[in-house]
Amino acid sequence: MKISGYLRSDGSIGFRNHIAILTSVGCANDLALKLGRMYPNILLLTHRQGCSQLGADNDQTFRTLAGLGKNPNIAGVLVVGLGCETIPAERLANEISKTKKMVEYLDFLDDEGLMAAIPKGARILEGMMQEASQMTKVPCGIEQLTLGLKCGLSDTTSGITSNPATGIAADMVIESGGKVIFSETPELIGAERIVGKRAASREVEEKLYRMVKEFKERAKASDMDLQEANVAPGNIAGGITTIEEKSLGSIMKGGSKTLQGVLDYGEIPKGKGLFFMDGPGRTPEALTGLNAAGAQIIIFPTGGGSPGGSLISPVIKVTGNPQTAQRLRDHIDIDVSSVIRGEEPLKKAGERIFQKLVKVADGELTKSETLGYGSIAVWNIGLLCG
Amino acid sequence: MDIQKAIMINEKDNVATLLADVDKNDMIQVMVGGSLKEVRMEGKIQFGHKFAIREINKGENVIKYGEPIGQATQDIEEGQHVHVHNVESLRARGDLL
Repeated sequence: MKISGYLRSDGSIGFRNHIAILTSVGCANDLALKLGRMYPNILLLTHRQGCSQLGADNDQTFRTLAGLGKNPNIAGVLVVGLGCETIPAERLANEISKTKKMVEYLDFLDDEGLMAAIPKGARILEGMMQEASQMTKVPCGIEQLTLGLKCGLSDTTSGITSNPATGIAADMVIESGGKVIFSETPELIGAERIVGKRAASREVEEKLYRMVKEFKERAKASDMDLQEANVAPGNIAGGITTIEEKSLGSIMKGGSKTLQGVLDYGEIPKGKGLFFMDGPGRTPEALTGLNAAGAQIIIFPTGGGSPGGSLISPVIKVTGNPQTAQRLRDHIDIDVSSVIRGEEPLKKAGERIFQKLVKVADGELTKSETLGYGSIAVWNIGLLCG
Repeated sequence: MDIQKAIMINEKDNVATLLADVDKNDMIQVMVGGSLKEVRMEGKIQFGHKFAIREINKGENVIKYGEPIGQATQDIEEGQHVHVHNVESLRARGDLL
């Protein structure tokens, strides 16, 4: 299992070598887009947050944006802002520069506006691209990998094929000394104790239950009903008997290892092994949170063939639905419908996913990368105040 | 090897999930801990539904994914359909949240 990656100054490994423009606030997106037209190979990390947010919501946006900049797949970042926002570009750049990677920032209202910022930004990006092109790969191992997991457009095949097969690959990453992060708090509702009893300590277990409770309370405060512990008639018709079975089908992607910690959305885990990250199920926010937490690669089991991708990391799409595998072959990286047909044991399918993961770590492009599919969306948990 | 029409996800499981619709008295092969087991279907059961791969007593946990997904509300014979008519959620019990 020989792989190689880009060694960063903080000791982490990038499995890709991107230069990015990160906006500290949505109002600066236009500058990023103009620079992006000049340099199509630069990642445009644009979003709608960064201003008029308060308290925990503002903290979460800051942590997430900083995490995106810190992601080891990124060699250098230009942070752009206006200069008047609640998340200043300079503060964000300072936080990202703790990784000792190339970081610069531009506040264009503090200078002479957009027109003056374009050549300044261009010169910074040119310099970073020159530097990045001189970086060479070094041998490394899967122990340097933080793997993110997200499932979407799930169907009746997900719980018996793509999710458990992904779980087997996730276990193999942990056995190789790596980190695995799975998320999607709403999917734990009703089955949090099943994951909780795998926790490494009482503190981790309690934090998991508290996180689920807070998610439900936030929904309740907005007059939303999350239909706790509900198995819908469609689920029953499809063969799902209880809420435990329904949730287990989803959390199978997280494998079977001990839960080492529970993370806030976009929080970078300390230590090795399996982590659960607070977050929504919606694809752009879920993938963004995983990238902010440091995931260099994401595995995405899907029944119906969700196209969701990430700008920062390769996303490996796995389906167990034979029709999806055929019809949406331009989006799907691994077809495990062989399990449904009884032609391949689940364990073999899981090993196949792991082998693909190793190749992707070593540079093989995923379908979402060649399609250029992905966007950034930061999970917003508060009202806009101002 | 014949094509298997059912999958047992974890070796601890006492149910398997059907990968095709089956009729009563069909003989279904399923891998159980590394060896093939043949189970006679005790009724017509749909794709995606579960059957017992061994006898499950009333009050015993029904295990899928290696975890309890509920409790049998009656004795279930090998090959019988396992679903809402003979399983109840453990979540519904006050002592287990």
